[in-house]
Amino acid sequence: MSANENISRFDAPVGKEHPAYELFHNHTRSFVYGLQPRACQGMLDFDFICKRENPSVAGVIYPFGGQFVTKMYWGTKETLLPVYQQVEKAAAKHPEVDVVVNFASSRSVYSSTMELLEYPQFRTIAIIAEGVPERRAREILHKAQKKGVTIIGPATVGGIKPGCFKVGNTGGMMDNIVASKLYRPGSVAYVSKSGGMSNELNNIISHTTDGVYEGIAIGGDRYPGTTFIDHILRYEADPKCKIIVLLGEVGGVEEYRVIEAVKNGQIKKPIVAWAIGTCASMFKTEVQFGHAGSMANSDLETAKAKNAAMKSAGFYVPDTFEDMPEVLAELYEKMVAKGELSRISEPEVPKIPIDYSWAQELGLIRKPAAFISTISDDRGQELLYAGMPISEVFKEDIGIGGVMSLLWFRRRLPDYASKFLEMVLMLTADHGPAVSGAMNTIITTRAGKDLISSLVAGLLTIGTRFGGALDGAATEFTTAYDKGLSPRQFVDTMRKQNKLIPGIGHRVKSRNNPDFRVELVKDFVKKNFPSTQLLDYALAVEEVTTSKKDNLILNVDGAIAVSFVDLMRSCGAFTVEETEDYLKNGVLNGLFVLGRSIGLIAHHLDQKRLKTGLYRHPWDDITYLVGQEAIQKKRVEISAGDVSKAKTRS
Amino acid sequence: MSAKSIHEADGKALLAHFLSKAPVWAEQQPINTFEMGTPKLASLTFEDGVAPEQIFAAAEKTYPWLLESGAKFVAKPDQLIKRRGKAGLLVLNKSWEECKPWIAERAAKPINVEGIDGVLRTFLVEPFVPHDQKHEYYINIHSVREGDWILFYHEGGVDVGDVDAKAAKILIPVDIENEYPSNATLTKELLAHVPEDQHQTLLDFINRLYAVYVDLQFTYLEINPLVVIPTAQGVEVHYLDLAGKLDQTAEFECGPKWAAARSPAALGQVVTIDAGSTKVSIDAGPAMVFPAPFGRELSKEEAYIAELDSKTGASLKLTVLNAKGRIWTLVAGGGASVVYADAIASAGFADELANYGEYSGAPNETQTYEYAKTVLDLMTRGDAHPEGKVLFIGGGIANFTQVGSTFKGIIRAFRDYQSSLHNHKVKIYVRRGGPNWQEGLRLIKSAGDELNLPMEIYGPDMHVSGIVPLALLGKRPKNVKPFGTGPSTEASTPLGV
Repeated sequence: MSANENISRFDAPVGKEHPAYELFHNHTRSFVYGLQPRACQGMLDFDFICKRENPSVAGVIYPFGGQFVTKMYWGTKETLLPVYQQVEKAAAKHPEVDVVVNFASSRSVYSSTMELLEYPQFRTIAIIAEGVPERRAREILHKAQKKGVTIIGPATVGGIKPGCFKVGNTGGMMDNIVASKLYRPGSVAYVSKSGGMSNELNNIISHTTDGVYEGIAIGGDRYPGTTFIDHILRYEADPKCKIIVLLGEVGGVEEYRVIEAVKNGQIKKPIVAWAIGTCASMFKTEVQFGHAGSMANSDLETAKAKNAAMKSAGFYVPDTFEDMPEVLAELYEKMVAKGELSRISEPEVPKIPIDYSWAQELGLIRKPAAFISTISDDRGQELLYAGMPISEVFKEDIGIGGVMSLLWFRRRLPDYASKFLEMVLMLTADHGPAVSGAMNTIITTRAGKDLISSLVAGLLTIGTRFGGALDGAATEFTTAYDKGLSPRQFVDTMRKQNKLIPGIGHRVKSRNNPDFRVELVKDFVKKNFPSTQLLDYALAVEEVTTSKKDNLILNVDGAIAVSFVDLMRSCGAFTVEETEDYLKNGVLNGLFVLGRSIGLIAHHLDQKRLKTGLYRHPWDDITYLVGQEAIQKKRVEISAGDVSKAKTRS
Repeated sequence: MSAKSIHEADGKALLAHFLSKAPVWAEQQPINTFEMGTPKLASLTFEDGVAPEQIFAAAEKTYPWLLESGAKFVAKPDQLIKRRGKAGLLVLNKSWEECKPWIAERAAKPINVEGIDGVLRTFLVEPFVPHDQKHEYYINIHSVREGDWILFYHEGGVDVGDVDAKAAKILIPVDIENEYPSNATLTKELLAHVPEDQHQTLLDFINRLYAVYVDLQFTYLEINPLVVIPTAQGVEVHYLDLAGKLDQTAEFECGPKWAAARSPAALGQVVTIDAGSTKVSIDAGPAMVFPAPFGRELSKEEAYIAELDSKTGASLKLTVLNAKGRIWTLVAGGGASVVYADAIASAGFADELANYGEYSGAPNETQTYEYAKTVLDLMTRGDAHPEGKVLFIGGGIANFTQVGSTFKGIIRAFRDYQSSLHNHKVKIYVRRGGPNWQEGLRLIKSAGDELNLPMEIYGPDMHVSGIVPLALLGKRPKNVKPFGTGPSTEASTPLGV
């Protein structure tokens, strides 16, 4: 099956009229504002197990998005959700959408919600952000009220209507949705201040009654867009809701509006209610609870006063919140016995595939990793280089050489080894503008290319002929030494094979005019390394070669190469096999590439600084073996049509 | 983050700086500008172990006007204490030399005000304004769902009485752009009992005051008395006592303005420049300070958690109610945490409840660790109680907070405090649900076994705060088994795959 076949595509559903008390139904379509893949997926999973025909999310609005679609699961299959940068486009494309779940931050939620309110098609907007300034929240709710739009939040998880619609993260993970039977409607509708406690209500209601019909968390702020009364009036009007549950809180006076509505007969359905925060009056000083709105500004606003007032108005108010399940269960059983409620038959518990990442977190599945890495780790509190935290790297001041030893060899090397690595970088950093690597970089820079292109142009010249002497020298000297060839035998063998010895010879330097760089390396190595067998061997080879010609000295490449082998063999950090592997894998070339990058970047910057123009090599510096004249003439004659003449001349 | 009270000195500084600047909503620009000049507000803070003389000397440098000859001052503590005059916490019409001993006698000393014990640390000294009682007014602006109420009463002062009942009031609707009342309406509704020659001044002042209220996102502002003194040139307006609350959540909109009013330049402070300090402040002045209510000085730990809270998108709250209490809570969720406090109080243990706190909004493992560590540290200080202590690790069924990772943070804290928990005979009760709860409970169970901590653990089949009556009253609900003993808590896979 191709990936494309696994993607379900949906047509927009045909709209039909719904009564005003129904915010959500099983054809409700919504936008999710903000990039919230987990919340979107949660909503789609909910839709799927509720056996909705269509996903409830029509698209995502994300003003910073460059993406056009986002891929989501629809059961075991996948579906694509369009991503819009402008509300206008999204609204025009999906006229059936009337709900927006707004995940914008507390800073930007005001402007985005005000914009959404300009589109009459949106009838319900849920605002998730916590910390929306109270003045802004009031402006939003005021405007929404004028336009007849229902605002849920701010500072809420949203709400849920089993079988129909789930706002964002409401109801938690799928296992909880199933455990609390939120995939099918019951008869109890609740409205809660707290979003966290709404899930607890789902749990309580599913265990004590036939389940949740609808639930809304209005949010913990001082000015929620809609309050208890708005939703309870809807529940009263909805014939499918039989019992109402209200979970209030200390602070504010919104519970009293419900009391009033009950008293004047506007609400007749039984209400089970509790206001949390009864402890507040027992504390000596004022305590700001977790919710911004949960602070009593007068006696009326205390939880105690609210519970007492609700009880005297005929609400079912338990003695403590812990007793609420019992009160609810009693009421439900009583109504069933009276025939006001009939038990429903349970549909089969739906199944939904578990997400890969989640299953992995639960430790249910495993899979071979496509990549393995053993040198650095960025997942924890601190970046680790071969297990060493980056703060340690600086505390112990291990330098570039130390970092190289950690990342290249996965171990701390002795200080002299780190120093030697740094020495190599410094010695190989540059060798003037005339060498082929630098030349390439300069020409590329002058063609107007960027730093990386110019650097890479130079680096690409590195190989056996340029810069590659290090690798070659290490191989040849080491092989000869390990075979037990005497220096003279080695030189002779190489000559017989007509091979130059890599690492031997210099253009100008000679025995009497030594290369200072080589002297530096020799001094350092002799002073610090435990053993210098290969360097000694190479120096003996130099004795043989210089006796033939004065400038056939051990050059800097050769000196570095053999010293490096000495280092690996004698510092005690590597086994024989490891040493061979590292050399075979080109670690010496790595040293040269790293060092020379410094110089190549320098040449690029230099040319940029000088503002040099495009380079064109002069004709007179190229020997043209195919003469320009000959070609020119040939063309003229052909175009003149005189083919036979042309033949004779050529 | 919510509406929070501010120091009187800061409230006055905000007014002084913004009365003439905030955009006015009235139909016409006020005639009076109320250019207040530089306010004279000497705010003195006394820490333990610093001699008062040192503070006074520094204040004299910063506020040279304290030393003007013949100047008279008002001195009072500035710590959100109400009815200071009645509590004897106010001196009027005294020279700076007389103010100093009065302050020194009270500074950094414990005191009981209306039944609340606290320490006086912040004092405000400002010039004394001689005036007639008849020039005192009362004004109050506060926000409700429908708009902002302005209350005005023509007889202000300490004995203003029940203003809710007797003050003139008007509701300014939320949509001030379109529905702001006309000057005529404001005058008619609020100033009926005020001499007519003061109408214009007061009207302008009210319009400007309301403009500041809106612009700086106050949620409450009370001036009593507001003094309007007729002078040869016209009138002078003074706000002698002020209480205000700002909406802390609006800091991202108003923070720079709040800070500007508190800058040394706006306050006329003489600043001795510290050459060694190179710290660049992000706004014109220091950020607004939201003091804890009197009697509840933020402890080091509470301040630490408040700082953690302000740095993350998650919510971390901690209030120590009684450091010697035997019952401690570590509860997730703004609603659930209150439910726990309720349950403890209704079981009759309000006096033993040591803290209120909550963590929510998906804090990561390290944040939870820091939070739990702070609570465990607080609860294991001092001598062990013979009856031992109780720790509730509670929470509802989370919507999206990962129970596994937050519990890992708590377990890390357990390891740090293992022996202290043993010494204090801490018994632990756990109840939690939500994403990955099985893993979270399994981890905490095995950590309890390993560290030998007495623990009872429940999942979502236990009522959210059911472990409270269980622990404190021995009420064991029917049909609920501890985690790991019943069929409901087997390491299940979601949806029985």
